[in-house]
Amino acid sequence: MRRTRMAAVAALTTALTAALATGCGGGTALGGGANNDSPKELTYWATNQGSSLEADKKVLGPELKKFEQQTGIKVHLEVIPWATVLDRILAAASSGQGPDVLNLGNTWSSSLQKSNALLPFDAKNFKKIGGKDRFAPAPMAATGAAGKDPAAVPLYSLTYALYYNKQMFKEAGISRPPTTWDELVADGKKLTKDGTYGLAMEGGNPVENAHHAFVFGKQHGADFFDASGKPTFDKPANVAAVKQYIDFLANDKIAAPGNAEYAQNQSVRDFATGKAGMLLWQAARTSLQAHGMKTDEYGVAPVPFQSGGTDGRRNVDSMVAGINLGVFQNTDNVDGALKFVKFMTSTEEQRILTTKYGSISPVLEAQRSKPRDKDEAVQREVLAKSAAPLPQVPDESQFETLVGGAMKELLADAAAGKKTGTAEVQAALTKAQQQMQK
Amino acid sequence: MTTTAPHEAAGTAAAGTSPSGASPPNRPPRRSFLPDRIRRGGLPYLLLLPALALELLIHIVPMVIGIAMSFKQLTHEYIRNWGSAPWAGLDNFRIAVDFDAPVGRALLHSFAVTCGFTVLAVGLAWLFGVTAAILMQDRFRGRGLLRALFLTPYALPVYTAVITWSFLLQRDNGLVNHVLHDQLGITDSPTFWLVGDNSFWALVVTSVWRTWPFAFLMLTAALQNIPRESYEAAQLDGAGIRQQIRHITLPALRPVNQVLILVLFLWTFNDFNVPYVLFGKAAPEAADLISIHIYQASFETWNFGSGSAMSVLLLLFLLVVTAAYLLVTGRGRRGEHG
Amino acid sequence: MAEAGKSPTAPPRSFVWTRRVLLTLLTLFTATPLYVMLSSSLKPLQDVTGAFRWFPSTVTFQPYLDIWKTVPLGRYFVNSLIVAGAATACSVVIAVFAAYAVSRYRFRGKRLFTVTVLSTQMFPGILFLLPLFLIFVNIGNATGVALYGSRGGLILTYMTFTLPLSIWMLVGYFDSIPRDLDEAAQVDGCGPLGALVRVVVPAAVPGIVAVAIYSFMTAWGEVLFASVMTNDVTRTLAIGLQGYATQTEVYWNQIMAASLVVSVPVVAGFLLLQRYLVAGLTAGAVK
Repeated sequence: MRRTRMAAVAALTTALTAALATGCGGGTALGGGANNDSPKELTYWATNQGSSLEADKKVLGPELKKFEQQTGIKVHLEVIPWATVLDRILAAASSGQGPDVLNLGNTWSSSLQKSNALLPFDAKNFKKIGGKDRFAPAPMAATGAAGKDPAAVPLYSLTYALYYNKQMFKEAGISRPPTTWDELVADGKKLTKDGTYGLAMEGGNPVENAHHAFVFGKQHGADFFDASGKPTFDKPANVAAVKQYIDFLANDKIAAPGNAEYAQNQSVRDFATGKAGMLLWQAARTSLQAHGMKTDEYGVAPVPFQSGGTDGRRNVDSMVAGINLGVFQNTDNVDGALKFVKFMTSTEEQRILTTKYGSISPVLEAQRSKPRDKDEAVQREVLAKSAAPLPQVPDESQFETLVGGAMKELLADAAAGKKTGTAEVQAALTKAQQQMQK
Repeated sequence: MTTTAPHEAAGTAAAGTSPSGASPPNRPPRRSFLPDRIRRGGLPYLLLLPALALELLIHIVPMVIGIAMSFKQLTHEYIRNWGSAPWAGLDNFRIAVDFDAPVGRALLHSFAVTCGFTVLAVGLAWLFGVTAAILMQDRFRGRGLLRALFLTPYALPVYTAVITWSFLLQRDNGLVNHVLHDQLGITDSPTFWLVGDNSFWALVVTSVWRTWPFAFLMLTAALQNIPRESYEAAQLDGAGIRQQIRHITLPALRPVNQVLILVLFLWTFNDFNVPYVLFGKAAPEAADLISIHIYQASFETWNFGSGSAMSVLLLLFLLVVTAAYLLVTGRGRRGEHG
Repeated sequence: MAEAGKSPTAPPRSFVWTRRVLLTLLTLFTATPLYVMLSSSLKPLQDVTGAFRWFPSTVTFQPYLDIWKTVPLGRYFVNSLIVAGAATACSVVIAVFAAYAVSRYRFRGKRLFTVTVLSTQMFPGILFLLPLFLIFVNIGNATGVALYGSRGGLILTYMTFTLPLSIWMLVGYFDSIPRDLDEAAQVDGCGPLGALVRVVVPAAVPGIVAVAIYSFMTAWGEVLFASVMTNDVTRTLAIGLQGYATQTEVYWNQIMAASLVVSVPVVAGFLLLQRYLVAGLTAGAVK
């Protein structure tokens, strides 16, 4: 008797599951295409660009009002904390229930492109937002795999720059910012004394680590993925690249051991409060101000290069960092969504928003004005001349997690006094590479 | 906290059998609104229906779907329409248990870390709990206050408790290093607790801090059911405190221990909140608990087939362990009662 | 404790000293983090971003004012209250019904039911997070009842999370109530439901309160499902508290102040009602 009961429950469960499962598959596929069922409303997911979620709402609110006045379309804004963005996008993609327009870290473009969650910007869609040529080439290179229609368009661009403390440089007798890593290490050693350090590193943050690994890799003439998209993490040149970064803390000792734990922007605070003389960061102005550092107290320079020969070394000193704007495949207001993309990437809006966020505009016309500060001047130059996009492969996020995570462990080892020579770096990167599935 | 007075009354309520104001006033017989047939055979099912429906909707069906996912090749391409993802057969499982390959090795490592963590955390939580419960069996001044203090960590929401620990465990500005390094001078240089190998201990300490009060609470309650006479008789026989604990207290705690340890085991083994709040999405290798590992395997890489397969293995393991545990301890119990 | 002073002779000196030492150690272990929470919440920002200090350089209540401005804590608070409150209320009612059936009736599938329900405690949350989310979306598409992103979805989820242990605790508790009582009530003309409401429930108040505390605490503290299933409007405290770690600064003093503020209701409730929890738990465990 008990068996029949169990069978009944099992049958019921199976039936329910089957109904739901087919419902999922079918429902999404049927309602999958973009349409215009709800022309008067849009939902916009913004990422956290300002100092807090509330600050972002204050920045974006008036602009969205403007858009509503121009088009009659009401935009529902949700600012999503970084910690949950990817999970929310994933949930949206898997269910078809999500925003109409959304911000995404530009490094996720390929991954989302592969999942087909975003409306591809083909010629027709580009025409609706004023053409592809309006955008600078470097940020356009970070919108998806080469040869495919971009999954999104660039919204804000950023590059890394070297921030240095003028007063500390003067006291140490350093006349100009370093242009090579050798110089940076030498300067850093001069600055490192009595509890202050040469360089502040965000060593506990895998993403930051991975970005630096990428740049150092390029400068050593290596890539973390080969042409076919296969990982090549433990190539000797990449090992040398990662080791060079780890060595700032391990060998050169120009960074405080405690930096290995920093993952909440403590390195910016250390720089702003004079505990470290240099910082590699993107658009640090607003953060530095928030910590009470005035703009004339620090200088901005491009990130250094390798010194010496140019054997296979590439002229790259920053990733193309930034935020892209995408349209969700399942939008029910595709025309409105494209209008919104056009609005957000218009020259006027770009000037307003990038000024508030301290980023630079990927829109060429908006870049023509006089730079608002040295920060923007440096970033514009880097973006135009020496920035390269991170690998546009779907597994890019795994690269950040695994290589950045391996570097975090290496930095922690170094800070705790363990050896982090070439062999250890090699082993860590090999292990990271092996974790890449298929 | 000024809430100490009521605890003194704790335990009298434990009997719970007094029908406080429950003797029903005499009312004229009333016809039930339920038809007789349902009243007799169907009523229990009717009472169970809401619970059953919820369990099916929220637990069972999602679980079955999750298990189905583990047989699918559910990656980026299929996330939008995962009904169309190709079946992978046992591939996901094969990769997960191939301990010579990196993925399997990482899973095994994570499993080992979790086992070590669980044994330590549950063991310590139980030890602290039983110690405090036994020591506080007798009344002494300030006992109520102390009990309230001990219970507080368990009552705190998980995230506030863990956030506080992450503040204490910071290398440069945390209390732990301030005491160990600056004030006591035990360590040569400040220790890293949140990155590197010591993160395992950070995890254990945080977890024990949060869960031992639960053990304390359960065991305190159980001690109240031990008749006073057994202690008195033992004392007349000349048994010391230690013998009393060994021969009276601990055997009497057995039934509660059986449940307590199982519950602590399941909670600790599956714990997601503590590592997630303490380390974020990427836990250090030494503290790579299985729940965080699986979260990464599925959410960071969007490979839900593989992540689900790992979850299913975890579930199987827990089922086997629990069944074995109940079988062994249950037999012990039955034997004991005759 | 009624049986206090149970030993006719005073405990030996060595025992008293052991007790003092061990309890002092446990007190230090337990109280230090709580003290840091409290003292840090009264510190100005520079006290918590630099080297650790035991006492505030100046005592300030500013963090308690700032927490409401840095993030919309008030809204998160209300959300958590609604979600945890509703989940608790529903869960308790449903658990009472189910436990009554299990405790008082013999029926086919009883064992299957209890074993299945209890075994859900082993389900790793990660495994059914995404499927559950998909189910909610599909129910929304099919019926127009929005579960995803709404408080309703979260309420349903949390009440189910706590059902298994709640039912189990209540079965234990109900079993300890003599059947004669509800049989007498049925003789007096109440139906079985009447007996449940008029006799069993009043006699089981401690057990029911225990279940309610447990449910409320679980719902108040859950992180994983809240992170995926809530949005701007419905975000709960568990996720909202992350807002104090902003792009420019980690406001540790505000984090501690907010932690205290969100903990006080549950801790106070728990300490006031813990004797019921003890009663409910042991009834379930000891039987």
